[in-house]
Amino acid sequence: MSDTSGPILAADGTPLKKKLQQTLFRSRARAFGLVFPLLAFIIIAFILPIILLLSQSVWDSRYADLMPESTKAVAGWDSSTPPTEEMAAAMVTDLVQARENKTIGKVATRVNRELSGTRSLFTKTARSAAKLEAPYLGALIDRDEDWGKIETWAAIKVAAKKFNPSYLASAVDMKYNADGTFEREDEGRRIHVKLFWRTLEISFLVTVFTLLLGYPVAYLLSTLPVRTSNLLLILVLLPFWTSLLVRTTAWIAMLQGQGVLNDLFVVFGIATDEDRFSLIYNKTGTLIAMTHILLPFMILPLYSVMKTIPPSYVRAAKSMGARPSTAFWRVYFPQSVPGIGAGALLVFILAIGYYITPALVGGQDGQMISNIIDFHMRRSLNWNLAAALGLVLLVFVLFLFWLYDRIVGIDNMKLG
Amino acid sequence: MAESESDAAFVEFERVQKSYDGETLVVKDLNLKMPRGEFLTMLGPSGSGKTTCLMMLAGFETATHGEIKLGGKPINNIPPHKRGIGMVFQNYALFPHMTIEENLSFPLEVRNIGKSDREAKIKRALDMVEMGTFGARRPAQLSGGQQQRVALARALVFEPELVLMDEPLGALDKQLREKMQFEITHLAHQLGITVVYVTHDQTEALTMSDRVAVFDDGRIQQIAPPDQLYEEPENSFVAQFIGENNTLEGVIKEIRENGLALVQLDDGELIDCTPVNVSQPGERTRVSIRPERVEYNKARLQKGVHTLKAEVLEFIYMGDIFRTRLRVAGNDEFIVKTRNAPDQERLQPGQQIEIGWLPQDCRALDA
Ligand SMILES: Nc1ncnc2c1ncn2[C@@H]1O[C@H](COP(=O)(O)OP(=O)(O)OP(=O)(O)O)[C@@H](O)[C@H]1O
Ligand SMILES: [Mg+2]
Repeated sequence: MSDTSGPILAADGTPLKKKLQQTLFRSRARAFGLVFPLLAFIIIAFILPIILLLSQSVWDSRYADLMPESTKAVAGWDSSTPPTEEMAAAMVTDLVQARENKTIGKVATRVNRELSGTRSLFTKTARSAAKLEAPYLGALIDRDEDWGKIETWAAIKVAAKKFNPSYLASAVDMKYNADGTFEREDEGRRIHVKLFWRTLEISFLVTVFTLLLGYPVAYLLSTLPVRTSNLLLILVLLPFWTSLLVRTTAWIAMLQGQGVLNDLFVVFGIATDEDRFSLIYNKTGTLIAMTHILLPFMILPLYSVMKTIPPSYVRAAKSMGARPSTAFWRVYFPQSVPGIGAGALLVFILAIGYYITPALVGGQDGQMISNIIDFHMRRSLNWNLAAALGLVLLVFVLFLFWLYDRIVGIDNMKLG
Repeated sequence: MAESESDAAFVEFERVQKSYDGETLVVKDLNLKMPRGEFLTMLGPSGSGKTTCLMMLAGFETATHGEIKLGGKPINNIPPHKRGIGMVFQNYALFPHMTIEENLSFPLEVRNIGKSDREAKIKRALDMVEMGTFGARRPAQLSGGQQQRVALARALVFEPELVLMDEPLGALDKQLREKMQFEITHLAHQLGITVVYVTHDQTEALTMSDRVAVFDDGRIQQIAPPDQLYEEPENSFVAQFIGENNTLEGVIKEIRENGLALVQLDDGELIDCTPVNVSQPGERTRVSIRPERVEYNKARLQKGVHTLKAEVLEFIYMGDIFRTRLRVAGNDEFIVKTRNAPDQERLQPGQQIEIGWLPQDCRALDA
């Protein structure tokens, strides 16, 4: 009757919409204020470094910054004709400058990644570059005949690119050529793809093993009376409260040639004293230790899902004439699938980035991709390649996530 | 006669005991015989062992002692899936990952019934509970009452002779519950199945069953048809538990030749009662009278009956009946229900009246 035409007013006369927005704004601001410290921390300590590091996988301006003249010169070169005098002159200028600035080491390292053996070519030539006189190409070739090879200059051309796919290419065992094409790495140098496959294989096997071992345990836990199941749950959680390093080292004591397990095998005549099983410093060791360490991550989601499945479902199935096995597979199992999905995804993703355990017990063929990433981060200091490998891994995991979402549905997942 | 003899024991509990923890008996010495086609309700307070009995019959719990027979054969060693007993669970237990049709198809599939046969049976069962158009839905997409009906259809679709129902209407509102009560009894009689029904709602028990077994403390306190249970309770627990009840405490003075007992109430008054589970003069007793069997209208009081003085404490007009609270022989909670008839007197609080009843409505039970 009153104001059907105008906006609806709140009790104090302000329009209702505005009033609502004011109230909402206040509560939103409060909510934002509460999460802000954590948000800021995550952005500064987690997201930013990741972005910075990952950007290195496709961005490397070291050569272009330190050797500006030759960068310009090789950019116009078609990478198939012999090097020109102009390129040689620019190179000499840059080399003189680089030696003066003491940056020649970095430059040499960078080019060496594209073509091994070029490091000494650069450092050696730079030492006498100031004395070189025109025609520079001849002078350079005089110093070292490698300067006359197209190969050398192609490597320089690749190194000079700022936005550079060569690291990503090498992360998947491909070679990025100076003319912009890709080709597969020589047979003997294909190591990453093999390592990715092995990482996948180990993660997959660990997931399967934890599922096979964890499912019955979770089932038992969910059917026991609370008091008993709590006690057993503590036993399941116990590994969480022990350092990862301690657990891994314990496995070394268990599994090594003169270890507890092999001793037992010898005692029971399963193995002879001279011919003990090699259970560690290989893939077997990695599998055993990782399965054990990741088992709780499978059991907990399974348990939390199974706990919510009332026993009346299986009883109903049996009362309708289903044998226990039929009742299990057709009624119980489908309802535990969200737990399997959550547990498997959790274990798989944790396993795919596992690092300490394979490093300690993996030997040669138990190494995973994270171990080679670590190698490039700390030993070879090729951070760009490390970032590229990391990026490939990340994209792959995200792809799996997407696949899982398509097949099972992410909202079907229960973590607790 | 021989026929009904064997039928008399379609379901039989023989001296059955059950303990979960080895310390306390949840079911103590249960004896029960059910003829084919009977609708029996187990009624009792929470924790009295009703579900336990049902689970033993269905095979999900084993009896600690005694024997359970089905169709004359002991079933203690038969696993649940071979007993052929339909069951409706309290929470319905419809499989959430299957559609309604798949739910109903399940018991038929595990019996290897052919596809066309299956479809015909499913359709018939769903039509029977008026859920024919819901076959493609999942249980979560149905209301409580609809789920209940599907659960019923699923328990019946494989045509079991015996169906067990554990508080199937517990989660429904009053109106729907009453409708479903009618539908379930109707279906049970139409199909001629034997039903064991568990509830702790006494109205439900009285309206649905052929016989009601009242459970308390792991024993059957009384098993009888509803009217008998209500009018002739055999002990004070049943009298208290079923319907509304007035109790007066006293001592047996003598048991007369005409079968009646003279009881002296605690305030000294003497009344005539029907002795039920009392036998000796001097024994303490709890006298039980239904509120609607008490009279205060002098014209309606029979000649020769004992009357007691009473003071009106409260008079409640409830439309179809009057409910009056009295103080009788020191009991402040003595209730009288009278029909709202034209000649019925409306009492005032504070009024002093005389009340009386027939000796057969007044039962002397154990104290
Ligand atoms: N699995 C079990 N383990 C141990 N004790 C149990 C178990 N199930 C039931 N009990 C105990 O047995 C007694 C009877 O339980 P039951 O479930 O048969 O009662 P009920 O009559 O069905 O009660 P309600 O009306 O509440 O369903 C209770 O005291 C209960 O605590
Ligand atoms: Mg119960």
